[in-house]
Amino acid sequence: MAKFTTIQSTAIPLAIKNIDTDQIIPARFLKATDRKGFGDNVFRDWRYNKEGSENETFALNNTKYSGSILVAGDNFGCGSSREHAAWALSDYGFKVIVSSFFADIFKGNALNNGLLPVQVSAAFLNVLLTEVSEKPEIKLEVNLETQTILVQGMSFKESFEIDPYKKTCMINGYDDIDYLLSKKEIITAFEAKKTY
Amino acid sequence: MPKTLFDKVWDAHVVDAIENGPQVLYIDKHLIHEVTSPQAFNELEQRKIPVFRPNQIVATADHNTPTLNQHLPVKDELSRKQLKKLSENCKKNNITLYELGNQYNGIVHVMTPELGVTQPGMTIVCGDSHTSTHGAFGAIAFGIGTSQVAQVFASQCLLLTKPKSLRVTVNGKLKNGVLPKDVILYIIAKLGTNAGTGYFCEYAGDVFENMSMEGRMTICNMSIEMGARGGMIAPDQTTFDYVKGREFAPKGEKFEKKVAYWKTLPTDKAATFDQEYRFDATDIEPMVTYGTNPGMGIKVTENIPNLDDTSFEKSLKYMNFKKGESLIDKPINFVFIGSCTNSRIEDFRVAANYIKGKQKADNVTAWLVPGSKQVETQIEDEGLKAIFIEAGFELRQPGCSACLAMNDDKIPQGEYCVSTSNRNFEGRQGQGSRTILASPLIAAATAVEGKIVDITKRLN
Repeated sequence: MAKFTTIQSTAIPLAIKNIDTDQIIPARFLKATDRKGFGDNVFRDWRYNKEGSENETFALNNTKYSGSILVAGDNFGCGSSREHAAWALSDYGFKVIVSSFFADIFKGNALNNGLLPVQVSAAFLNVLLTEVSEKPEIKLEVNLETQTILVQGMSFKESFEIDPYKKTCMINGYDDIDYLLSKKEIITAFEAKKTY
Repeated sequence: MPKTLFDKVWDAHVVDAIENGPQVLYIDKHLIHEVTSPQAFNELEQRKIPVFRPNQIVATADHNTPTLNQHLPVKDELSRKQLKKLSENCKKNNITLYELGNQYNGIVHVMTPELGVTQPGMTIVCGDSHTSTHGAFGAIAFGIGTSQVAQVFASQCLLLTKPKSLRVTVNGKLKNGVLPKDVILYIIAKLGTNAGTGYFCEYAGDVFENMSMEGRMTICNMSIEMGARGGMIAPDQTTFDYVKGREFAPKGEKFEKKVAYWKTLPTDKAATFDQEYRFDATDIEPMVTYGTNPGMGIKVTENIPNLDDTSFEKSLKYMNFKKGESLIDKPINFVFIGSCTNSRIEDFRVAANYIKGKQKADNVTAWLVPGSKQVETQIEDEGLKAIFIEAGFELRQPGCSACLAMNDDKIPQGEYCVSTSNRNFEGRQGQGSRTILASPLIAAATAVEGKIVDITKRLN
């Protein structure tokens, strides 16, 4: 897993609530047996019109917006457990997703793939969505070490929560398998004496 | 200290803990399928890590399988490759696979309870968010991502932070025509799609106590639709009777010993929850959804609410519905009875009971997709198949089918489908399709009438 410390980038606003993983990556693209290439189809049915042309009104197709931070509406990533959603967002180039609320499984999947979910207050999210929509050139700064997110050149700033263990993993590029494998003896001992 | 059902099962599975961090939770059963496992197998292979406990893994092919002509090679090349990959991976790693055509093949959350793989007090995971289904047995069961599938392959454990506790209590007597699906759609409509996020939910009260195991599975199945990683119902005599005698259930004295343990699992009277909700069973009526998330549900007799919210409006626009309108008499051309929510024998009995002696409306394409080979056999043995065929319904072979439309079972662009599945997200049942979630009873009535009807007026 790639290491993550800080990032400064412009952002793409997506002011829609309850964005589910079926929108992030529709089920018909889940037939691959490797992790690559899902970015081509991220938000497929919002990015493209029925006949295959680009939907120009969709934020990802709007040339005004670019960057590796996605600012999205409340309850991002609800629905299916498909990790393909995290892979697709990463593969497209996102490093950070900002929302006021994340669905559990998506959040875990994102963290396991070096994609940082940054949960901010509803008020802060509203300001971000407005600022980013109106001023596409502004840069956001996300600092994992200090757990802060701010808009460069502006006064507002917020801190965000992250599990300290997951933070260490993200900063150092570790994953859970490394840790679990180091516990094999304890796991085997547990199996030998489990009581249920 | 008094404990909840969830606490008891969780605490019994904690292997170790990281200071100020997650716990190492032991996983008893790991269920896998073709869509979310190949990348996990790849990862292990690349890192030269063996599968730690292959005999605690059960595999099936369900998400990406055809529901017609299963005896023939799968036509779609990518799907065929994905299924082949699962077979190869299982063979290589000594994992039991119930592949297409096997007498026990079916949707993972239908066939494993049938086989007695699912038992009270267990921890069960699967790379599928509807793993919450197995909570109906008093097990901790939840969906995981593919990285976690790899972790369980490697260590039979997961690193997890203990979720908060939530209890939803429903007491009283359900009205005629109100099925478990209506109960859970009602709860989600009341609480919203993220009320359960960060929580594990216990369903309590006499409504669930009086429910069959199949009904309880329908309830727990949709826990994830209100954001909860899992749902649980305390094991009782109904649970023990269901598990007893099944293929992988403990037998004889071992079974009795297990039952004695399972009886200790229900939540202690003095235990407290981080969050509690209570509902009155008599307030619940047959439900339908009108929007693009499962929380957007109303009683079939109610009108779509009038909300001033852009996401709400976007959703109605997609569905081509208006604020304040009723769904009754809306013409419907597609009906789907199936999915891990409602594809068990009781669901087909409800449908057949309504359909018997009636005919499907001409405008309707009605797909009935059993959850497993065993359900398929039961449908035939109980004479339900004849009723369905006579009424003009199409009985398909088992699989996830039009619930997520990974195979050819897709609802066409712009069409409504009254569906017994669990998600009404945009395009879930095919690009541009519009899903209305409902019970098997409403689905059957819709197929017969060719439109949504007030089912409460059609009973008795």
